[in-house]
Amino acid sequence: MTVRVSMTVNGKTVSGDVEERTLLVEFIRNNLRLTGTHVGCDTAQCGACTIHMNGRAVKSCNMLAMQAEGAQLTTIEGVAKADGTLHPMQEAFREHHGLQCGFCTPGMIMSAIDLVKVHPQPDEQTIRAELDGNLCRCTGYHNIVKAIKAAAAKM
Amino acid sequence: MSTNLIGQAVKRREDYRFLTGAGQYTDDVQLANQTYAYFLRSPHAHAKIKAIRKDKAMKAPGVVAIFTGDDVANAKVGGLPCGWLITDVNGQPMKEPPHPVLAQGKVRYVGDHVAIVIAESYAQAKDAAELVEVDYEVLPAVVDVADAAEKGAPVLHDIAPDNTCYVWALGDKAAVDKAFASAAHVTTLEFVNNRLIPNAIEPRAATGSFSRADDSYTLYVASQNPHVERLLMTAFVLGLPEHKVRVVAPDVGGGFGSKIYLYAEDVVVTWASKQVNRPVKWTAERSESFQSDAHGRDHLTKAELALDKNGKFLALRVHTTANMGAYLSTFASCIPTILYATLLAGQYTTPVIYCEVKAVFTNTAPVDAYRGAGRPEATYVVERIVETAARELKMDPAELRRKNFITQFPYQTPVALLYDTGNYDATLTEAQKLADVEGYAARKKASEAKGKLRGRGYACYIEACGIAPSAVAGSLGARAGLFEAGEVRVHPTGKVTVFTGSHSHGQGHETTFAQVVASRFGIPLEDVDIVHGDTSKILFGMGTYGSRSIAVGGTAIVKAMDKVVNKGRKIAAHLLEAAESDVEFKDGFFQIAGTDKKKAFAEIALTAYVPHNYPHDKLEPGLNENAFYDPTNFTFPAGSYICEVEVGPETGQVKIDKWVAVDDFGKIINPMIVEGQVHGGLVQGIGQALTESCRYDKATGQLLTGTMLDYSLPRADEVPSFVVGTKETPCTHNPLGVKGCGEAGAIGAPAALMNAITDALGIKDMPMPASPQNVWSALRTKEAA
Repeated sequence: MTVRVSMTVNGKTVSGDVEERTLLVEFIRNNLRLTGTHVGCDTAQCGACTIHMNGRAVKSCNMLAMQAEGAQLTTIEGVAKADGTLHPMQEAFREHHGLQCGFCTPGMIMSAIDLVKVHPQPDEQTIRAELDGNLCRCTGYHNIVKAIKAAAAKM
Repeated sequence: MSTNLIGQAVKRREDYRFLTGAGQYTDDVQLANQTYAYFLRSPHAHAKIKAIRKDKAMKAPGVVAIFTGDDVANAKVGGLPCGWLITDVNGQPMKEPPHPVLAQGKVRYVGDHVAIVIAESYAQAKDAAELVEVDYEVLPAVVDVADAAEKGAPVLHDIAPDNTCYVWALGDKAAVDKAFASAAHVTTLEFVNNRLIPNAIEPRAATGSFSRADDSYTLYVASQNPHVERLLMTAFVLGLPEHKVRVVAPDVGGGFGSKIYLYAEDVVVTWASKQVNRPVKWTAERSESFQSDAHGRDHLTKAELALDKNGKFLALRVHTTANMGAYLSTFASCIPTILYATLLAGQYTTPVIYCEVKAVFTNTAPVDAYRGAGRPEATYVVERIVETAARELKMDPAELRRKNFITQFPYQTPVALLYDTGNYDATLTEAQKLADVEGYAARKKASEAKGKLRGRGYACYIEACGIAPSAVAGSLGARAGLFEAGEVRVHPTGKVTVFTGSHSHGQGHETTFAQVVASRFGIPLEDVDIVHGDTSKILFGMGTYGSRSIAVGGTAIVKAMDKVVNKGRKIAAHLLEAAESDVEFKDGFFQIAGTDKKKAFAEIALTAYVPHNYPHDKLEPGLNENAFYDPTNFTFPAGSYICEVEVGPETGQVKIDKWVAVDDFGKIINPMIVEGQVHGGLVQGIGQALTESCRYDKATGQLLTGTMLDYSLPRADEVPSFVVGTKETPCTHNPLGVKGCGEAGAIGAPAALMNAITDALGIKDMPMPASPQNVWSALRTKEAA
């Protein structure tokens, strides 16, 4: 049984036929071929699939594509400017070596942008607490925390 | 122009693609007409397969094919090989049971591969797998390392009726026993080095495809060493011509050892792609990673340290039982032996050491190298027992260490290794300075005032990296060479592409290696690209593990650059009408010494490819060189870690209040990247000591920690920020003076943290991980005593 879903992704209206059980992340990766959004687990723990939906960070593995009907989504591909200039959060991750293998990075960036929106001047403790939903196995978080702090000062 | 980038914190060149979602990981690769695979796995830890019926599943929507153990056996697909032969103390080779890619009549762990279901979509494959009927006769299982070799334990493999793979020993047992007999003090510890599941955030993935046009295969796979994967798969398992198989390891989302090995899934999707004549794509779900990625550690150890009355170490005696899991993974056998017992001297002059290791089979996932691989286990033995001895002797733990430090190099340990260089006092002294050891008493008092228990722990680790001199490894049982290969292709315009057999899955080789090349050639960093991870592009490679990339892979590139420079000098000598011996290469120019006559690097490159005025009688055109580098010794990074914890006595909650890490990695190419490696390693080590533990149910063999909800990976709010420093004693036997930095943190951290926690609790020992529950229990046990 397929259903038609439509939504706005990175400013473009998109639609596609999916099974009712199709996860939003599967729609994004397989139908839209936006492969920057990653799948690192199957229990909504790792946060590699984090995107923005209607302005808030959500785990796209933890909802059905149908639930995003009509929503405004931003994925990692929609974060930098059209000319390729990085968002201050992306720039800060590069500046402070907040990434290694890069697999958790898109989800980290999406969460971090939301974090700074909610906590414009976060201290280390706030950043660490708010990153609870994103796992990184490479960096030990040290430089991610530094990067978010630095980005917050510029955003 | 001078372009010395050695030691510069150059920002990473790979970051842009990762930051913008443009990385290309294995699951991002889409091939035309691809099918999707789901592996049906055993739900039982130990069972006979009586029958498999796939007819119902074959009729399910979208199903393309289903293959079982019979199908691969009929096709003469071999089993997975083990790459290291360990010889038992009785002179016999270790027991090597067959390791089939799909189960042959029996399953031996939860997650063992039973069938591959291939369909038009992943959901269809998964649905159809539910319709495959497997009749199991469930057998009793054994999962604990302590139980495996006990009388009456369920037997996994006929060739190992006592579940013992080998008993292996290193060192002079008689001399050790003699030293113990005359010791003034003996410290004894018995503990488990807890089993871990690596959990790179990118799950394993493999897509195989076959071309009838030329009988060739391509395998995209999340691997740390694509050439090794190809060699093992073609020569030992599938019997395919090596040159007809291309293995590509594109962007890889972390490895930590778990992506070194040749796995069943990699073989089966490659083989099946020919059977269905379409690409076959498989990506693990996280639950499959928990069940079937090679796990790490899982030792049961008794260690004894003999000291004289002044605190000098006289001897160390270690007995370890190591869990191999159900089958031998690619390098499983060498981890608790060659990479473990040889490190038991640590940083100390302990004159005699004996270590005996029994490796056992259990109904658990195969166990193999995980970040540090044998060296964290060795460091845990040495640094826990040294700290315990200091407490028993009421000595300062740092001073007891200093009293026993090796200070003269080179130093031959009693456990085979020859340390080339180091300065252990320098790293310890620097760590003590950064940790403000003077202020500790006041901090402890302040913690007490808050009702908290404060403790401090040290760990002074050493590791053997830059694996390895092939001849030495071969004499110890390695079935592979352990060199590295590199190719330096100078293009006609003087731009450079470097092909390395090392693989980067987070380490930043595209930056670090480019710094080395740009600095040597005196050209801008932008003029150098690093290519890795594709057997069709790279001449050969042994891959990345054991912190070997810069020391071995980097040196191969240096050797190839030497050849480029030597050829360039010949070309320059011809152009400048000088003797070759008068031409020196410096800062990007070939110059006649003492004159202003010179040719830029790019001019020489152009001449090599447009050889009009060229010494054709002496030289071939072109400027493309390769090199294979086989190291002459291991490298020996070492360092000192100090951590302080605060423990809540009512909750058992451990808070890491302070962490100082001072490492000696020899020369450092990119300090930013090196610091990042240290941070990540530390948190994996902290994870082992504080949060992580793989558990199987003793009665059923079910994996109890099968998701990220049950297996606690460290999160940002559970770990501290770190104070890191470095001291530098350059490696003496490679041209860059480098030692490697990838595993240090994971090696030193568990011992430092458990030393601090046991200090805070005022107890001799407690099991890892120091979860609130375990800490709380340890405190109650202490109170009850």
